[in-house]
Amino acid sequence: MTRRVLIGISVAFVGILILLPLIAVFIEAFRKGIPFYLAAISDPLAISALHLTLVTAGISLAANLIFGLAASWLIAKFSFPGRSLLLSLIDLPFAVSPVISGLIFILLFGAQGWFGRALTDRGIQIVFATPGVILATVFVTFPFIARELIPLMQEQGTEEEEAAMLLGASGWKTFRRVTLPNIRWALVYGVVLANARAMGEFGAVSVVSGHIRGRTNTLPLHIEILYNEYNFSAAFAVATLLALLALVTLAAKAFLEWRIRVEEA
Amino acid sequence: MSKLRRHSVIPGFGLTLGYSVSYLSVIVLIPLSAVVVRGVAQPWPQFKEAVFDPRTLAAWRLTFGAAFVASLINVVFGLIVAWSLVRYKFPGRRLLDALIDVPFALPTAVSGIALTAIYAENGWIGRLLEPLGIKAAFSPLGIVIALAFIGLPFIVRTVQPTIEDLDPAVEEAATLLGASQFTAFRRVILPAVQPALVAGFVTAFARCLGEYGSVIFISGNMPMKTEIASLLIVTKLEQFDYAGASAIALLMLVSSFLLLFAVNFGQWWSTRAQRREA
Repeated sequence: MTRRVLIGISVAFVGILILLPLIAVFIEAFRKGIPFYLAAISDPLAISALHLTLVTAGISLAANLIFGLAASWLIAKFSFPGRSLLLSLIDLPFAVSPVISGLIFILLFGAQGWFGRALTDRGIQIVFATPGVILATVFVTFPFIARELIPLMQEQGTEEEEAAMLLGASGWKTFRRVTLPNIRWALVYGVVLANARAMGEFGAVSVVSGHIRGRTNTLPLHIEILYNEYNFSAAFAVATLLALLALVTLAAKAFLEWRIRVEEA
Repeated sequence: MSKLRRHSVIPGFGLTLGYSVSYLSVIVLIPLSAVVVRGVAQPWPQFKEAVFDPRTLAAWRLTFGAAFVASLINVVFGLIVAWSLVRYKFPGRRLLDALIDVPFALPTAVSGIALTAIYAENGWIGRLLEPLGIKAAFSPLGIVIALAFIGLPFIVRTVQPTIEDLDPAVEEAATLLGASQFTAFRRVILPAVQPALVAGFVTAFARCLGEYGSVIFISGNMPMKTEIASLLIVTKLEQFDYAGASAIALLMLVSSFLLLFAVNFGQWWSTRAQRREA
């Protein structure tokens, strides 16, 4: 009896709160038919938004991947004073709200920002341009990869690397042949999560982008513009691309969690 | 440098330390310090004006209030969902489990427009609420719904492992000894999951305070009525009021840092207490 009631409540709550919006995205997207849908997602502005989204995600992931590897090597393989402080500082961006994550770069590089004058004098534009969008995305996805790698590498310890070094392997070779294969699934896991956030980030990017159509609009910003123009079906059509990304992310996440469990067993 | 670390044959200490600290400073520490400096480096009356004028006060009340109500709803339902997922086998259990992560993975702008479509007057649920005189979208209720959507995974994923660790034999013993199901829940289960529930609540609450994308579509953004604190930061920025925006941002940052610090401290303290008992 209790069992049935509790399962019923759970299914109803999650169904209404979470599943319904997900379904709504697809139904609203096809409300005006398939030709309209295809036109909306192949619109030049949608394509340029997709392009910027992919470029931004690619650069942010690469930058944070290098940092994640460096930081996890540092924290897992060495003990030094300030290690736990460094560990908590890496998590900082998770505690910063999206809008503030954009604001900080305006304060640095905006017209009235710390480096604003110096940059305008040299004709360099960072905020309200692509570099700002990329910086904000790097900031919001900063902890994802490092966070997956650090605990795993700490658990694995240093014995295998020490053995490789004593057998005469170089540091780089040890990293490539011993460490990397040990952490590959966790690394992919971190990249998948960071990618979902990078492609979907709205608040931070919205603040720094300046909403210049065809130039500084990512997919989420393009959706906002279409929506605010009451072009609802087109907004939802573009939104299906991001909803699909979310579903692929969840599937990949489930697969990787299974893979990591197998590897550990 | 070698004095700093334990002697080790593994190379790369200097390189990774230098790189990690510089990258962290450039991407995170220096930009964040800009908010602190900008926020603090203004005369107190100006700061007070930015943070406590009637419009901002209304936004604070709404943001904290909606985040609190949404997280409270999630504590109740999140516990039920987590319990069902751990303790019962039923068709669709794995799908339900996967759905919990959707708010993590779905971009906030997408959840924002989808929730608005559902709860607007002509939406699937808005249509049912309208005859009852309940306005969901473009009202504080809409904000609570959006924040409940965003916060649910935080509570379920925090409570789930605690329930997994809970031995069903203990509740069975309680019921065998004559306790009603409700008493068993109140005296046996609740005390065990309470720390996780509190941690989940605070984490979700902190996350909700800064939420932007999923809220601004459904809220309607009317000053004094449905305007959240994050949106005020954006409004001030659009008016080039960097100092005002920084003041609000600083107060938001301090609140969420304190909350998250409290969660971490609480977890550290309770593991220490457990270790001492063992």
